[in-house]
Amino acid sequence: MNVLLNRSGAVYEGAQEYEERDMSLTQISTRDLNLYYGNKPAFKGVNLSIKPGSITAVVGPSGCGKSSFLLSLNRLAELIPGCTVSGSVRVGEHDIFDPETDLISLRLSIGMIFQKPNPFPLSVKENIALPLKEHGTVGKNEIDSKVEKVLKEVGLWDEVRDRLNSPALSLSGGQQQRLCIARTLALEPKVLLLDEPCSALDPLSSSVVEDLITELRGKYTIIIVTHNLPQARRIADYVAFFWMQDNAGALIEYGATKQIFNEPENELTEAYIKGARG
Amino acid sequence: MSQRPSDALLIWTLRTCAVTAGVIVVFIALFLVQESLPALRSVGLLRFFTDSSWHPAENLYNLTPMLLGTLFAMVGSVLIATPLGILSAIFVNYYAPPKIAQSYRGVLGLLAGIPSVVYGFWGLVVLVPLIGELEPPGPSLLAGILILSIMILPTIALVADSSIGSVPKEYMTSAASLGLSRWTAIRRIILPSAKSGLFTGTILETGRAIGETMAVLMVCGNVVQIPKSLFEPVRTLTANIALEMAYALGDHRSALFVSGLLLMLIIVCLILAAEWISRGRIYA
Amino acid sequence: MREALKLKGIRMRNSKRERWPKVVVWSAAILISTVFFLILSSIVWHGIGQISWEFITAAPENAGRAGGIGPILVSTGLILGVAIAVALPIGLGTAILLSEFTPRESIFGTMVRRSLDILAGVPSIVFGLFGFVLFSNILGLGFSILSGGLTLACMVLPILIRSTEEGFRSATEEYRISAASVGLSKTTTIFRILLPAAAPGLSVGLILGVGRAIAETAALLYTSGYVDRMPTSLLDSGRALSIHIFDLSMNVAGGNEKAYASALVLVSILVVINIVSFYISNNWLRRRITII
Repeated sequence: MNVLLNRSGAVYEGAQEYEERDMSLTQISTRDLNLYYGNKPAFKGVNLSIKPGSITAVVGPSGCGKSSFLLSLNRLAELIPGCTVSGSVRVGEHDIFDPETDLISLRLSIGMIFQKPNPFPLSVKENIALPLKEHGTVGKNEIDSKVEKVLKEVGLWDEVRDRLNSPALSLSGGQQQRLCIARTLALEPKVLLLDEPCSALDPLSSSVVEDLITELRGKYTIIIVTHNLPQARRIADYVAFFWMQDNAGALIEYGATKQIFNEPENELTEAYIKGARG
Repeated sequence: MSQRPSDALLIWTLRTCAVTAGVIVVFIALFLVQESLPALRSVGLLRFFTDSSWHPAENLYNLTPMLLGTLFAMVGSVLIATPLGILSAIFVNYYAPPKIAQSYRGVLGLLAGIPSVVYGFWGLVVLVPLIGELEPPGPSLLAGILILSIMILPTIALVADSSIGSVPKEYMTSAASLGLSRWTAIRRIILPSAKSGLFTGTILETGRAIGETMAVLMVCGNVVQIPKSLFEPVRTLTANIALEMAYALGDHRSALFVSGLLLMLIIVCLILAAEWISRGRIYA
Repeated sequence: MREALKLKGIRMRNSKRERWPKVVVWSAAILISTVFFLILSSIVWHGIGQISWEFITAAPENAGRAGGIGPILVSTGLILGVAIAVALPIGLGTAILLSEFTPRESIFGTMVRRSLDILAGVPSIVFGLFGFVLFSNILGLGFSILSGGLTLACMVLPILIRSTEEGFRSATEEYRISAASVGLSKTTTIFRILLPAAAPGLSVGLILGVGRAIAETAALLYTSGYVDRMPTSLLDSGRALSIHIFDLSMNVAGGNEKAYASALVLVSILVVINIVSFYISNNWLRRRITII
């Protein structure tokens, strides 16, 4: 398969990108970040610094605020009625809660993929072209070549090149998810937030998407929420472990993947890793 | 499967109810046809469109002016009310703060229930004199269009609200995550997804605009003529029935039933069209 | 290479693109609200001064220019009563049959539903013609409260059935299965278990039906008639409130003031009906959520 064959090459290219891009701007750090739905806290007091260009897996049981954490990083949380976020998130030098933050630029540089593939009810091509046009890419050739480029990047080009104009919703779940990733990559983000991108897919599609994510290592700063510990172990450079404390999600431990899985410092982490193992 | 006697009795009672409810429409159609037959026989279908005018006393039965009156009033009001109703649905779903949206919806629900006679009365005492100052006489096609728009707006807005509300919320979230502006997302993604619901709603409203009697009767002036401007009075099919039924006899009375039958046919076509669209056959 | 990202400073292109739609959408909402505020406030403004116990109870005098609306309210109530008394059992029966005994795809069910859909769209003046022929002429009821009520019964059936059917369908499947598992007959299941569970749907349907019936005018013109005396039997002609407003404004010079007052009464009744149905359906929703 394309993706597998190119792996070594891609890693090399990725490393090059890593040098070229100004990664100081993708340094994400949160301080005392809290998120409430009404009066109910989803998570509290999260302090976390994400290493640029790495893949960070956010793991933990359901309902401990992992997805809400992702939503707060590109300020999508504020679309949810009754949701309030406090604390600070810095992207590079910039505080994203600064009232002067341009939300559209923020969301362009921090792309997001959701659990359920959610292509728009448009054609395959238009799913990628619509955001491009919105952000000022107008030339037809430019759009076409961009569409081809990102579809190749997610390994979908050979599968859909003959039906670029058929509805995106007619694709399989795994194809839809890769289309969503392509759509996001077309906007050249610096950071990718992935909210359990494989959990709604069948095992085969899931492994294709997983391979794709590893392909992207180094080119983007990736934060992925996952319930699947083996997956986190396979793909992540760093792991952040969330757990319920005092009725609110909290960050318990953060460290390199090997350290978290082999010699966790916190008992809760150890128990969770073991429990999930055994 | 064996049934208990009490259950069998129940089922037969229920079936009787359902059959009763179901045949009303058939009865309505049958009576309309039966009462229309004398006129259809002695006047003939063609003369309802070719006679020189509507003068039942002189045996002249041209329904065209009324048909056009109904058509103009309907087209005008649907053209005004549909965009406003859709904008209002966009407002409550994507622009209004939650508290305002909730009370706005509540008020629309109330307005949808206000009797046409009340809207007609307001039109008669407030709107018609205003139009009369602008361009006499006042009771006019324009007054009818405006009052009809006001009347059908709440329902259009509510139907549009529910079809826009049933578009998956994820579209808006993923649009935002791609940095699409709210308006682009609404125009390119939300509205196309809600299309069939919006069409259905509009068609049903068209039916309501055609069938409305009291409000247009009160503000349109009811002169039998083909209007040359918005400010001239018109008479609609429904108003014609309401006005003349009181004294109509013989062929005249039967001719009124013909116009009722005509209304009924238009409505049935619209409802079937709406059903067709809402099943998604057109946009599958 | 893309320029370094700028998060600060609002980009003009995008904010401009957002501004006009926002202005248009808000203006539409404000326009709509203003028009309806004008209509309702003018009715309240002109009508409120004349509302009194006297006005509610007294008989109209001088073709309605003076006096009150007592007999008209009584006639309206009687017409509604007849309509509901006839429509409720038929509607309830149909709804139970459609939701409990008829598979969604069955031909009979589809035919009944389609016929009700069309019935819901029939113009009220056509109902008027139908009632005039069937009830007033063929059944010989003349212009009477009974003909008017029967005509309205036909009109409110679709809305009553649809909302009751919803109520039954939303009564959860567990009820049905557990009732069947303890060997209850269908009849017992329906009357003792499902009916109470579907009651809110039924009452909302009933209230909406009353709302539709009380707002109706055209269907009553040639069925219940114009007579504004106190009715002594259901076979008397009785003038409904909506007809009264129509008559005062169209046929009685100088009737506008009392028409305003009558319109205010009618609108107030509808406001109450709306609030009650809103309250029932809201409470009902909340209760169902806590059950789940």
